[in-house]
Amino acid sequence: MKGTNLGEFEEIVLLTIASLMSDAYSVNIVDEIAEVTGRKTKLGVVHAVLNRLEKKGLILSELGEPTKERGGRRKRFFQISHAGKVSLMKAKEQRDRLWNNIPELVFQDIR
Amino acid sequence: MSENRNIPPRWMNWLLELYCSKELLEDLQGDLHEYYARNLKKSRFKANAIFILDVIKFCRLYTIRKPKILGQMTFLNLMNNYFKTSARSLARNKLFSTINILGLAIAMSVGVLMITYISELLSFDTFHEKGDRIYRVQSTYSSISSPEPNDFASTSVFIGKKLKEEYSGFEKVLFMRRNFRADLNKGENTISIRGLYASREFFEVLSFGLVAGDPLTALSEPNSIVLTKKSAEKLFKDEEAIGQVVISGDQSYTVTGVAENLPKNSHIQFEALLSFVTLENRYADSETTTFFDWRSIWMNYVYLLLPEGQDPNVINGYLKDIAMVENAKTDRFKITHQVESLANLVPSQELSNQIGPSMSWTGIYQLVFLTLFVIVSACFNYTNLSIARSLRRAKEVGVRKVVGAGRYQIFTQFVFEAVIVALISVIISYGLFMLVKPFFMEIVIGSNDLITMNFQWVHVIYFIAFALFIGLIAGILPSLVLAKLKAISVFRDASSVKLMKGLNLRRVLIVLQFTMSIFLIIGSTIAYRQYKFALNFDMGFTTENVLNVSLQNNDSKILMTEMEKLPEVSKISRSGMIPNTGEIWGEEIKYKDPLDSADVFVNFVDKSYFSTHEFTFLAGGSFPYDQEDGDAKFVVVDELLLKRFSFESPQSAIGEVITVSRRLEDLKLEIVGVVNEFQYTKIHSESEPVALIQGTPEDYMHLNLVVKTNDVVAFMDKLEAIWAEVDRVHPFEAQFYDDLIQESYNAQATLFKIFGFLAFLAISIASMGLLGMAVFTTETRRKEISVRKVLGASMNNLMFILSKGFMAMLLVSALIAMPLSYLFFSEMVMADFVNRITIGPVELLSGVFIVFAIGILTIGWQTSRAAKTNPADMLRDE
Repeated sequence: MKGTNLGEFEEIVLLTIASLMSDAYSVNIVDEIAEVTGRKTKLGVVHAVLNRLEKKGLILSELGEPTKERGGRRKRFFQISHAGKVSLMKAKEQRDRLWNNIPELVFQDIR
Repeated sequence: MSENRNIPPRWMNWLLELYCSKELLEDLQGDLHEYYARNLKKSRFKANAIFILDVIKFCRLYTIRKPKILGQMTFLNLMNNYFKTSARSLARNKLFSTINILGLAIAMSVGVLMITYISELLSFDTFHEKGDRIYRVQSTYSSISSPEPNDFASTSVFIGKKLKEEYSGFEKVLFMRRNFRADLNKGENTISIRGLYASREFFEVLSFGLVAGDPLTALSEPNSIVLTKKSAEKLFKDEEAIGQVVISGDQSYTVTGVAENLPKNSHIQFEALLSFVTLENRYADSETTTFFDWRSIWMNYVYLLLPEGQDPNVINGYLKDIAMVENAKTDRFKITHQVESLANLVPSQELSNQIGPSMSWTGIYQLVFLTLFVIVSACFNYTNLSIARSLRRAKEVGVRKVVGAGRYQIFTQFVFEAVIVALISVIISYGLFMLVKPFFMEIVIGSNDLITMNFQWVHVIYFIAFALFIGLIAGILPSLVLAKLKAISVFRDASSVKLMKGLNLRRVLIVLQFTMSIFLIIGSTIAYRQYKFALNFDMGFTTENVLNVSLQNNDSKILMTEMEKLPEVSKISRSGMIPNTGEIWGEEIKYKDPLDSADVFVNFVDKSYFSTHEFTFLAGGSFPYDQEDGDAKFVVVDELLLKRFSFESPQSAIGEVITVSRRLEDLKLEIVGVVNEFQYTKIHSESEPVALIQGTPEDYMHLNLVVKTNDVVAFMDKLEAIWAEVDRVHPFEAQFYDDLIQESYNAQATLFKIFGFLAFLAISIASMGLLGMAVFTTETRRKEISVRKVLGASMNNLMFILSKGFMAMLLVSALIAMPLSYLFFSEMVMADFVNRITIGPVELLSGVFIVFAIGILTIGWQTSRAAKTNPADMLRDE
């Protein structure tokens, strides 16, 4: 079931959307990712991922009110859907279980 | 200002709008603008560059706007639906569908014919590899006696040499000359061939292949001959042809090449090629020859192969320069030259002296024009009937509109329907085309066997395109009418959408159709009358029972003495050419004033010519004796020549001496007789003075036999037996004078047949349309008829009421067509004809009469049927 699992970057984008709450639109997401992860992502890449996530039904989008910036063009705001939430939780759960399975001494040998 | 500067240039925005789908555009563009504003802090250039790069990077599968057709997943479903409704509608109204499909099919068969014919003509000479660089030097000639410039495909050897020697900018200069005829002898075998003289460049410039021999040198030596495979096989049977020596008269030629059999689609056709240098050598020593003159532009052809990228206008410049110098030397005539590319040789402009078969654009345009007449007429039928019947479909359109169809979709649906009809028609029309083809081949193409009209796969594409086009033309008006219907008015009250809207348009279309039909019928009547007129024209001499035997360079004396012995031959004479068959021989003649020369038509005849053809002498008589060797001494002239040189009376001309320049010598001829004016040229061209000069044996080309026999076949066999004794190579050729004349007026006959045929098609299509309309009108007025009948209207009353609308339309078309066709034929087509029929009421009314008869029959049939119906059946349910 490859489709239900999140890709690494998809997960990051989803988490970013969640953390930005009501202010999640493309440029903001790119900035936030850059700030938190230190990765310089391109707008095009993020846009493509957003598009894909929306197609999978993991996020919802709606156009905001027009503002003075951006030549009066509206922003598209994203928020996490129920399915998005479920898949994020699932991903976290999988990881937690994996973490839990690791005996502490494993890391002791690795400097 | 500063606000504006934050926005990227407009064209960059546009770049994104070009591909981006609508849903994504606004947000994406906003993002890019935000970035742009940010990047502006670095520099404007950087911001611009990043913006463009981003726009390009965003061009991904998911951002690109989907093409409309793919976008509407419903499209295919809709097409399916359109197809179904169209098929049902066609099946439901069998009469109308038949009229539409049959009418279109008839018209389209002519279109299919034209497409096949023209595409074949356009394929001429496309096989030459260097074709795009080959040009022909052509000539335009005007002189004092014929100031109207004429265009010729031929040119002078002079201009070719001049270009070759003094100018550059050509890869190759190819010389050709037509009329190479010879009887080639090899041992027992003799074949008679026709071909061309060609210089050594022939096989380098043109892509004709050689089966044997070296293409580069085959024509470089004098007396070298190249035969086609076919002629070589005839002459040598199984022997190797290369290196053989063949005899032709006192000449002997060496075979240096065998050419592949020629493709049919070329304007250059030959059975053999003789090296051009043979001719050059033959004339080089002669002092009196005009072969190399500036003026000798009648027989030779010069083809140029230009280097890659050379502009042909440069050559035109050279030609202009040369012409300027040469034309300055005389004021008697003027010659100019220009080059024409190989692609424009078949079909070509109107040119005389073609090297081989050709067809002019004018002829093609005429055919296309006439074809369009018929096609347009059939399209009108479709348009008319569809609009008339649009009421029946109104409900369907209403439902579709309510469900959400837009105007555009309704329009598409009905155009689609028209296209389906056109596609069905084109299939049927191909069948009809096969029927018409032999007829067309016979009357239009005639003896030219280069046109095959065979099917090629590429035609399928043309035919489909043609059907689409016709469907669109025929369907556009009804589709517009139907698309405009308002759903609400259709449902509220169907009768309010009555057919009133399209009524005027329909009337106009019907009137146009019948105008065209009448025009075509009048045209064919006039052409037929003119043809008959030409055949029965009083020529001033008798052609009855005169059989002309072509001498083909045999000794006239021997044949004459032999044939004279036959009991069926009552008189016999010899002549050079045969008048009134299109052939013209001309000479310059002077009387006393050496500066006053007249262009005169001539013929060379013997002394009995006048009695075989029963000429009427106004004064004097025939020559006292026949000149069997030495120069001619006497001449018989016609009335016009007397007028030209202002003789007072025919008697006063007898014994006078006129001078003819012949073969660069001045011949003094004594006038021994004057005949009345007779028809030398074909009857529609201007008469010129004629001199019948005493012939010498080398002048004679024909024997004229006055024949009295009931069994022509047996007589011909006897003649042929005599012929075979004298000439074993050439087949016997003889034709009765009347047949020859008839043949020479074939163009008129062809015109008549084409007009007649198209008129027939047009009238059938138009009357089918009329039938459809009559059926429709009577159907929609059934109740009205019944009510009238109940109230006591008589049969005649009803028929009058029903048909008066149609009759009025026919009348209007007659009133338009008659003056129109009178002007067209009298003032344009026959304006230059000298002897012609006068176009009177008989010719004009013939078309009107036929169309009226057919129209009345059609309408009468329908209206009487409607008038006969029992009103009780109709009104029972009311």
